[in-house]
Amino acid sequence: MTQTITIDPVTRIEGHSKITIKLDDQGKVDVARLHITQFRGFEKFTEGRPFQEMPSLTARTCGICPISHLLASAKACDELMAVRIPDAAVSLRRLINYAQIIQSHALSFFHLSSPDLLLGMDSDPASRHVLGVAAKFPELAKDGIWLRKFGQQVIERLSGKRVHPTWIVPGGVAYPLAAATRDAIVAELPQALAIARKTLDWYKPVIRMFQEEIATFANFPTLFVGLVSPEGTIEHYDGVLRVVDSQRKIVVDKLQAHDYPDYIAEAVEPDSYLKSPYYKPLGYPRGIYRVGPLARLNACDRMGTPLAEIELAEFRALQPEGAVLSSFHFHYARLVELLHALERVTELLASPQILSTQVRAIADPNKSEGIGISEAPRGTLIHHYRIDDNGLITWANLIIATGHNNLAMNQGITQAAKHFVKHEKITEGALNRVEAVIRCYDPCLSCSTHALGDMPLRIELTDSRGEILDSCERA
Amino acid sequence: MAKVITLKIAGTEFKTGEGKTILELARASKIFIPTLCNFKGLSNVGACRLCMVEVRGVPRLLPACATQVAEGMDVTVDSPRLAKYRKMILELLFAERNHVCAACVSNGHCELQALAQRLGVDHTRYPYRFPKYAFDASHAKFNYDANRCILCTRCMRACDEVEGARTWNVMGRGINSVMVTDLHQAWGRSPTCTSCSKCVHVCPTGALSEKGSAVGEMVPRENVIPYLTSMRYSGR
Repeated sequence: MTQTITIDPVTRIEGHSKITIKLDDQGKVDVARLHITQFRGFEKFTEGRPFQEMPSLTARTCGICPISHLLASAKACDELMAVRIPDAAVSLRRLINYAQIIQSHALSFFHLSSPDLLLGMDSDPASRHVLGVAAKFPELAKDGIWLRKFGQQVIERLSGKRVHPTWIVPGGVAYPLAAATRDAIVAELPQALAIARKTLDWYKPVIRMFQEEIATFANFPTLFVGLVSPEGTIEHYDGVLRVVDSQRKIVVDKLQAHDYPDYIAEAVEPDSYLKSPYYKPLGYPRGIYRVGPLARLNACDRMGTPLAEIELAEFRALQPEGAVLSSFHFHYARLVELLHALERVTELLASPQILSTQVRAIADPNKSEGIGISEAPRGTLIHHYRIDDNGLITWANLIIATGHNNLAMNQGITQAAKHFVKHEKITEGALNRVEAVIRCYDPCLSCSTHALGDMPLRIELTDSRGEILDSCERA
Repeated sequence: MAKVITLKIAGTEFKTGEGKTILELARASKIFIPTLCNFKGLSNVGACRLCMVEVRGVPRLLPACATQVAEGMDVTVDSPRLAKYRKMILELLFAERNHVCAACVSNGHCELQALAQRLGVDHTRYPYRFPKYAFDASHAKFNYDANRCILCTRCMRACDEVEGARTWNVMGRGINSVMVTDLHQAWGRSPTCTSCSKCVHVCPTGALSEKGSAVGEMVPRENVIPYLTSMRYSGR
């Protein structure tokens, strides 16, 4: 008799989801599914609105990574205006994107995932959270909170607001950077870099304690997608899309924004509001791929900054013959990217061009279609708009990082559930590990479904007829 | 010799000449009375009812913008009763159309938003109507979003009384009233609009805006109409 386990809600993620684990007649895990249970419809209700509103309108999808939406949206709008934005505006947009990556990666690693890594997957759930970490490892918790604050403060210093600023506009940014603001950020960079390096040094030996999780947390071959510069250096704001396979061989390279519809399509499953994008040439569901820190580190040739370059070499030593496959290593990749982002912030602020007052191109709509692609902390983000002659949106499509990872998350929780769920009852440790697979991807479900909802998770265990045998719930 | 009127506003005694409204005298004396439809340099319509005040001895509320000062008046400009009605009016305005401050060109420069903040409107008790109004982006320079219109008719009065074009009009009745250009044709095809921008700079919300403005970037030039009218009256 087959059975189903349900985890509802999944916790310490951004958004609302449910996991069902179906057991076969022998009581072994057959398949696990992640269901995103919220819907918002941004692509529909933005129709009829002027394109200039799109950055701020779509940024309201999410309070964690509004900067990512602002950037991808503004890039799509730049194309609708058919302008090449001033160089200083590009630098300032890059700068705020790195600040966003710093704060979001710090949030994911320190606040959401460090409880599992520091206190253990089987530790008491009552204290398995950032406050529990603060009680036992106060220095690390303080570092994490400081680093996130640093990222958020850079965003605020540049744009006037930590969450949902209106500084990033079609054509560039609203106003230039003041020298005093630059100096204030520069003054804090040494401490931020020191924390990033210290955290990496602490984390690398810790990895050895999680061999079972590394082996079973979405550890399978997939494609990896990420932006790189035309020379192959990791990119987060501009660049071209590259797809590599599990051997890190380039499958397709130098894709421009307008090429994406030829390579990425979206499938819809009846049990989730989250679409399942797939690599079109391989079809659905064979075209499974991953995006985000792990994918970016697998896809690029180099980091392009000295400290992160050394870390990339060490990271790649985890799997010298190909791509690093286990999604558990998203955490590690996130820390390497955090260091890289801080190095890039240092470089950008050292350039005198960053203070240029030419930061915005003004234009009417001059094209009917615009696509903006950037790398959000969680992966590749695509905003695609069409407008009428007056600049009003007639069609919009948003493909969000978490969506790209949907197939891999589902396959990942099936792999973990097969390993850790052994009986008709769900143990706390098994529940947490299945959730932790999802947490590796640092998914933002509000973004990915552009959806409305709370954030709890439920896991259900059902038999082959769909009868619920056991369920766990976290509010 | 001009007659001197003595009256009290908000407990303070004033001596003033005839012909002024309570609102004019209060503003000149820095006494706050909320308004939305009133605009210096334009005629009064008393449409928004936010400036209602209590006058001792008069059982009903009176609009400060349309009530002239009179001898012995004792005017209360703020009371629990007035606060209740003013909040109610603002809530009804929010519920009537689709005001989304987060994505609005006038965010941070909107009189409706500022009044709501000042008067403590933190939610709306009435169900939103979510009307479906199309965005008119047909004009080369300006946008019109009826979703953000509060029917104050400032645009219509500026167009009529200062520019003399009378492009703007009210169409429909009651809750279905809506501002239209000419005989409800696209603004961009209006044969009467002179593209002078006066309507845009008197709009209290983001209903009328300059094209190309991103969120929060529509900052109205509020002095244009008072300047033009004062120059006309001075005969220059």
